[in-house]
Amino acid sequence: MFYIHCPYCDEYRDEEEFHPKGQAHIARPEDPETCSDEEWGDYLFFRDNPRGIHHELWVHAIGCRKFFNITRNSASYEILETYRMGERPRFSAEHPQGESAEHGAAVNVADEAGRVADQEGVRA
Amino acid sequence: MSDITYGQVATFNTHPEAAIPSESPLSVAFNQISVSTPAPAVNHASGVRLEEKAFLGHLILRGGAIVLDEAVRKVLGISLPLGLALDESGERSVQWLSPDEWLVIVPGGEEFEVEQRLRDALGDAHYAIVDASGGQTLVSLEGEKARELLMKSTSYDVHPSNFPVGKAVSVVFAKSSLILRRPAEDRYELVLRRSFADYLYRWILDAGAEYGIGVQR
Ligand SMILES: [Zn+2]
Repeated sequence: MFYIHCPYCDEYRDEEEFHPKGQAHIARPEDPETCSDEEWGDYLFFRDNPRGIHHELWVHAIGCRKFFNITRNSASYEILETYRMGERPRFSAEHPQGESAEHGAAVNVADEAGRVADQEGVRA
Repeated sequence: MSDITYGQVATFNTHPEAAIPSESPLSVAFNQISVSTPAPAVNHASGVRLEEKAFLGHLILRGGAIVLDEAVRKVLGISLPLGLALDESGERSVQWLSPDEWLVIVPGGEEFEVEQRLRDALGDAHYAIVDASGGQTLVSLEGEKARELLMKSTSYDVHPSNFPVGKAVSVVFAKSSLILRRPAEDRYELVLRRSFADYLYRWILDAGAEYGIGVQR
């Protein structure tokens, strides 16, 4: 049994309350009308299946019902971090020990501000 | 009060004055159990006392925290909480459900007026209000064994160090789910969905049997 930290409820909750929803950070082609069949097929159907560190989308189905991201080791099942939609992971295959918090935060502000605004569009 | 249309949203009173019979989500359980095994009455030995607070007004508010906070303070005099907040009478409450979602519970019959006053206060803001009164019911659990009953039913940590007064969570409960809240030191509240209410009520009676659970009717 895992306890998983929900970044929106901000506490560790029972695994039973969550559902995995597949690979995270899949970018929709900017212009679907002009992308090739191969690009569109990749976007729709093809997913990574790495051994080791992987970023996944999960949903806190029985709690706050928000989607968020988990960085997880697919071999050891260790959960390295959970983070909100629109944020960048600290841990990745390139940085298995984790990037410094400042770096992550700086990237987050520069690249992700627009996406955060989209995903939290209900904020007035 | 007459129906009013706000922009694209037509509102209507789900609890009209005309005498339409209404049944709480637990009415079937209450009646069937009274035929086969009577619901146990409360007595001095009851370690848990269960009471349904039927027909309250339940409103789901969605929107940005800042605008909702302003409206809820104006209409109910309660600041938008991260857990559970009650007004001075203890009869009206606001509960955090998710970063953009709150549950308002008011005495039965007030919900339509509260909804309209909230809509007036929110004006052009981006928000939604849904009257969920018919879809769920509130059950109160009191007594020295109430926490033990919860411990048998949910994997959520209900120890006072993790679940103090004023906290409210949606959790797995008896393989189903419900909202669990703690409005007072000696009282827990469960918000049951209509479709699960019958099952959960029977579960709670079964789980409470060893504590001499009694049902306040
Ligand atoms: Zn959550």
